[in-house]
Amino acid sequence: MIGTLFTILFYLATLLFVVGLLYRIGVYSRTPAPLKIPTTPAPINTGGVVLRMTREVLFFESLFKANLWTWGMGWLFHASLVLVLLRHLRYFTEPVWAWVAFIQPFGVYAGITMLLGLAGLWARRLFVERIRYISTPSDHLLLVLFMAIAASGLLMKFVAHTDVISVKGFILGLMYFNWQPLPAHPGLYVHLLLVAVLLLIFPISKLLHAPGVFFSPSRNQADNPREKRHIAAWAKQLDSGQIEPNDMGNAK
Amino acid sequence: MSATITAPAYRIIPIIPALKPGAMEDSKSFVANDKIQEALGFPGQLVDDWHDRALARMGELLGKYRSLKVFLDACVHCGACSDKCHYFIGTQDPKNMPVARQDLLRSVYRRYFTLPGKFFPKLVGARDLTREVLDEWYTYFYQCSECRRCSVFCPYGIDTAEVTMAAREILDSVGYGQKYSNEIIGKVHRVGNNLGLPGPALLDTLEGLEEDVKEATGIDVRFPLDVKGAEVLLVTPSADFFAEPHIDSLIGYAKVFHATGTSWTLSSKASEAGNFGMFIGNYDQLRKIAMRIREAALELGVKRIVVGECGHAWRVAYSFWNTLTGVGDGADANDKFAMMLQKQLDHRYKQPLHICEFTWDMIEQGALSFDKEANDKHIITFHDSCNVARGSRMGDYPGGQFEIPRNIIKAVANNYVEMPLSTTREQTFCCGGGGGLLTDDLLDLRVKGALPRMEVLQQVVDEHGVNFMATICAICKAQFTKIMPIYGFDRRMIGGVHQLVSNAIRLGNK
Ligand code: SF4
Ligand code: SF4
Repeated sequence: MIGTLFTILFYLATLLFVVGLLYRIGVYSRTPAPLKIPTTPAPINTGGVVLRMTREVLFFESLFKANLWTWGMGWLFHASLVLVLLRHLRYFTEPVWAWVAFIQPFGVYAGITMLLGLAGLWARRLFVERIRYISTPSDHLLLVLFMAIAASGLLMKFVAHTDVISVKGFILGLMYFNWQPLPAHPGLYVHLLLVAVLLLIFPISKLLHAPGVFFSPSRNQADNPREKRHIAAWAKQLDSGQIEPNDMGNAK
Repeated sequence: MSATITAPAYRIIPIIPALKPGAMEDSKSFVANDKIQEALGFPGQLVDDWHDRALARMGELLGKYRSLKVFLDACVHCGACSDKCHYFIGTQDPKNMPVARQDLLRSVYRRYFTLPGKFFPKLVGARDLTREVLDEWYTYFYQCSECRRCSVFCPYGIDTAEVTMAAREILDSVGYGQKYSNEIIGKVHRVGNNLGLPGPALLDTLEGLEEDVKEATGIDVRFPLDVKGAEVLLVTPSADFFAEPHIDSLIGYAKVFHATGTSWTLSSKASEAGNFGMFIGNYDQLRKIAMRIREAALELGVKRIVVGECGHAWRVAYSFWNTLTGVGDGADANDKFAMMLQKQLDHRYKQPLHICEFTWDMIEQGALSFDKEANDKHIITFHDSCNVARGSRMGDYPGGQFEIPRNIIKAVANNYVEMPLSTTREQTFCCGGGGGLLTDDLLDLRVKGALPRMEVLQQVVDEHGVNFMATICAICKAQFTKIMPIYGFDRRMIGGVHQLVSNAIRLGNK
């Protein structure tokens, strides 16, 4: 029964996640950027932009310049999250790829460092006056959500084990439409439920920073306005009037 | 009011200040009257259906500007930008933190344009658009100088200036404009420049300058106006024509053109490089004002367009002119509008060119020589202007906008000192008067916003005896001249780079 509920939930969550995200990305890429606004000094060609974006996405370059604490904890959290996600690939692949098997132990530690990073970020949000001022309830709740996901996962690893073989069976069943039962385990229920929630809110929350960063004109534009005329379709229409009669005149 | 304005105390160590909510809620610049508004095609008064029209305009902007859309969605409230704004540092008002300033608009965006904001407004900090919110927009979006300092530090490059521009555009569209900016835009259209200096008066001024320079140097340095067939069209902020210390830089440009034998002209039609259309975020105004340059260039048949010392004008010229008017290179062959002008321009040179690029190029070619001792009375530092630093470039490599003006200073003077790196180059602090805030009704804000710059200036004054701060922005010059005395500095400490060039350049027998 619960297994069925989770099956439906995950299909729904995945569907909304994918459709929502694609929709957002569609909107971002359709919306024109009429003016050249890279924050300078900026790379002068596309290759440079790719490098700038890579540094930004992999190392959080700008955040590093801004605040070492936020950078440290933010980077710790994100890097750990990546490792944890990669580790979870073992539930989605059969046979498990060699490199996924290799990173298993690191992935476990990453679960812990992820929790640490999150705790640090939350402490900052709670105790630094200006960050508390700008925080909305959803900012706090999102951190709590991530922490609960990490904690419930770690609990299953270290305290109340669940039957991972069956869990894997359940997930592969979802993927290949060959549904299997889900082991009865409260920790597992919590973990999966929260992950589904995360998928659901992703396309309608600030988690959109993940796709958003790639569309940020101040970071993804090359600094070459003098060399190449940059013009949006809606702005181009204004050109067709050629030189307009100077309606306001001047006092020559 | 201005009698009571004093400078805030320097911070002993520049720690992040504690919050003082509401500290600047009464600092509100004068609202434009209906005459000013209607001249720009905006409603004269706040319209009755402002609520719906504001939201409609917001929706329209969200569809036209990717920056706005992405920036409103992507912010994670990390707070990296929160202590980076000079207005926050100087006023301690939390709504002057860049992210909090964006949130004034973002809260309304979330309420009307996002699902969670529609259903759970409290949860995501969404707010109804009320009259109080509208007033708050007016107050705090006219406390942002659009300097982009916050965007340097944001992990997603979120540029509060873009949000401020959108908010001002929405306010204008419902009849809630700012007197200072909109009045000036009206003047550009009516008279040709921000200061309202008509053509004949300009001619007089330039003739007067020729006499002054002749008297001082014995040499006939010309200040030509509306000369058809000149090689270079110089477009410069109108403050250069008579404000102190701006005028000394104008003399500097003229001397550089003279010494290099360049044929040049000013234009009475394009007697203003400044473009306040950017400050109010209105594309049509931005474009209309820029079109004057195109028209002047076509009429005069010039081969090159050079821009004088002005920060936001250089951003508009460098980053936007090609888009708006075709002043630049690389238009499509079938882009008739742009090609018409681009065919006329000489593409061996960058179009447009900053006067500092022009001068530095001439220095490198050995076409200019200097008596550096003429500047020995000055111990000089350089204030990077925000729009040049973070919204443009000079030369052909990233960061040329920092090197070239410094190179010029070092070529014409012997004593040069840097201010701390965390306050210069891309991390430079705004003078406190940019972005449409250079008005006396905001003097308190301007004084407070200058605090971070004044602190480090004091430091190099104490440590190195600096007595001259050079800059290449008309707004910086005007702002510092006004507020530096309030901090106890001599107003003559501020001046242009070409003022130093002017002091040292050899004119006759080079
Ligand atoms: S653009 Fe400049 S003035 Fe505006 S919020 Fe950012 S730092 Fe402050
Ligand atoms: S640095 Fe960027 S993401 Fe962080 S609070 Fe400021 S605007 Fe938002």
